[in-house]
Amino acid sequence: MPLVKNGKIATDIFVHIPDGAELPGDGAILVSAARFLEDPEALLRRPGKLGVIWPNNRDVDDLVPWLDRLAAVALVFPTFRDGRAYSQARLLRERHGYDGELRATGQVLRDQFVFMLRAGFDTLEAKKESDVEAFAVTAKRYSVFYQPTGDGRLTALNRRLAQRHSESAASE
Amino acid sequence: MYAYDELDRTLLNERVEEFRDQVKRRLSGELTEDEFKMLRLQNGVYLQLHAYMFRVAIPYGTLSSQQLRRLAHVARRYDRGYGHFTTRQNIQFNWIKLAELPDALAALAEVGIHSMQTSGNNTRNVTSDQWAGVAPGEIEDPRIWSELLRQYTTLHPEFSFLPRKFKFAITASAHDRAAIKVHDIGLRLHKNAQGETGFEVLVGGGLGRTPFIAKTIKPFVHGRDLLSYVEAILRVYNQYGRRDNIYKARIKILVHELGIEKFAAEVEEEWRAMGDSALTLDDAVIEEVRSRFSYPIYEKLPHMPEELKKAAHDAVFERWRRNSVFTHKVQGYAIVTVSLKPVGGPPGDATADQMDAIAELADKYSFGEIRVGHEQNLALPHVAKRDLPALFKALEKIGLATPNVNLISDIIACPGLDYCSLANARSIPIAQELTRRFANPETAELIGRLHINISGCINACGHHHVGHIGILGVEKNGEEFYQITIGGRADENAELGVLIGPAVPFGEVADVIEDIVEAYLALRGRPDELFVDAVKRLGVEPFRERVYATR
Repeated sequence: MPLVKNGKIATDIFVHIPDGAELPGDGAILVSAARFLEDPEALLRRPGKLGVIWPNNRDVDDLVPWLDRLAAVALVFPTFRDGRAYSQARLLRERHGYDGELRATGQVLRDQFVFMLRAGFDTLEAKKESDVEAFAVTAKRYSVFYQPTGDGRLTALNRRLAQRHSESAASE
Repeated sequence: MYAYDELDRTLLNERVEEFRDQVKRRLSGELTEDEFKMLRLQNGVYLQLHAYMFRVAIPYGTLSSQQLRRLAHVARRYDRGYGHFTTRQNIQFNWIKLAELPDALAALAEVGIHSMQTSGNNTRNVTSDQWAGVAPGEIEDPRIWSELLRQYTTLHPEFSFLPRKFKFAITASAHDRAAIKVHDIGLRLHKNAQGETGFEVLVGGGLGRTPFIAKTIKPFVHGRDLLSYVEAILRVYNQYGRRDNIYKARIKILVHELGIEKFAAEVEEEWRAMGDSALTLDDAVIEEVRSRFSYPIYEKLPHMPEELKKAAHDAVFERWRRNSVFTHKVQGYAIVTVSLKPVGGPPGDATADQMDAIAELADKYSFGEIRVGHEQNLALPHVAKRDLPALFKALEKIGLATPNVNLISDIIACPGLDYCSLANARSIPIAQELTRRFANPETAELIGRLHINISGCINACGHHHVGHIGILGVEKNGEEFYQITIGGRADENAELGVLIGPAVPFGEVADVIEDIVEAYLALRGRPDELFVDAVKRLGVEPFRERVYATR
């Protein structure tokens, strides 16, 4: 699957392990939430990075105890119309302080990239090669943002207030 | 008026360019129709029976004359010379060509208007009282908060793919002209005991196939917490709203299924967890937005100018004044409603020429400002009373002085089967026939305030549930039939109407309405007992009897 990671086209180091399939001895793997929750400690002890694919209808609170030991969390967009994972992403990043890889998977299209970046995703598993290639242009499409999120971009309100301060300072 | 700054303009232009690219990718086949559908809906573009329909937002119902002229230009250049004002402070164009849409959007962006999120499963245009800022007794101008909400909800990175559409309405007057109780979130501005501004927050109102009146989720949310509280509601809805069935996906169903107490507890828990977030509005931020609203500099004028005294001898003028002119908060000024409900016309339509003419009148008589109300009429919000006779003459000349505001022929109707692919039955011809039946202004005045609402299908875009008389088009064996409800209302005492009996065929609707009105005239306690109050007192039965006795 074509991948954008931290703003660059990247090769996916994670191997997606289907439920029931044998785990490779080492290397980075992605497993389902169900498989992970069966025995989290055993999976976390295994050498190699571990990522969990978290479904969009399950509370992320259930994942919180292990967040600091996970290398990746993959959230799911079963269709691009289903926006539950945007809330999960913001909660993981902004409330639970998760700072590992946060990956968008499923029907991930160019036209959601900016929303996803703003919600805290740093890795996008895009559906189409052409969308991955368009990433750089797409990510720069917007320069003004109305809402504060955890991505650190200044909001329009912040910028206006800052401008006011500098104007009033200049006039003094 | 709110003045866009460089940042607002930049965002709008970036949005137009994004949509231009999306249209290009659709036309080249790079995007499938399924992928493109959501993108065009997020820009207010529907596929209707005959063509694409394009819906433009008029946030909180405020327009400048320059903006109205630009809407006229779009109607003329990209459509068929007219537009249709909707029940949610939007205007729709019915014949737009996909390839020309980006240019139409760019033309609108130049004057600071757009179609972002006027459809699709996201937060829609934030609506408010069309008399905001000029209504006597208003607590404060709700548009400051509407604008804060407009910005907050525009291209929200978390809430652009909600289970279903989501509508806000906000009022700051005791009399609710914004129908907040039939919105997903309704906000009633009021002050607490310390004199601080805040909101009663209502949630889960809505019409459609499962109508609900909104319930109060919190009696007072401080103004500084408005956005964080709204975010808590939206987050709970985004995660737990149903996505398995489009008819059960609105927040009203979630509120209904959980119960308001449980839903409120979920929201409260989320809100507490958010703590003091970046969404908290400090005074400087609120002042920043407030400072970009400009207000007219009113003259000191007499309550009763000579011009008005003189014109009082003209019975036609007087009838219009009694009907369409309302009290302004400033002495010597008036709010004038411009009826878009001419006898025999489709409700809410205005031609490009009329829009240009109204823009000119607004420049001349209303500080360049126009308002759009959910009743599908326009208003000139700051008219000096001495100018009323001249304004009347000018409106008469362009066919916009019909003295039927709030009367039986001031009908709210959806486009119905004449345009809409969802409709089961026509709405406009029913409305047109009713305006002809009740064309005599004396009869209409005698009947008094009476709101008729018509929807061409169960989606209820004509808000039939909350019409004093509601008319709902249904299909029976391939024919158009209409269910009639009475006793609904959309104001601060909002109620859903009650069905009076079996549906009637297209050809009988106007007769049935006449029967209901005759029954009311015979039954009302006093001449000033409104139709809706008479129904409340008497119940549906006497009306049912009258209508069905001979059918």
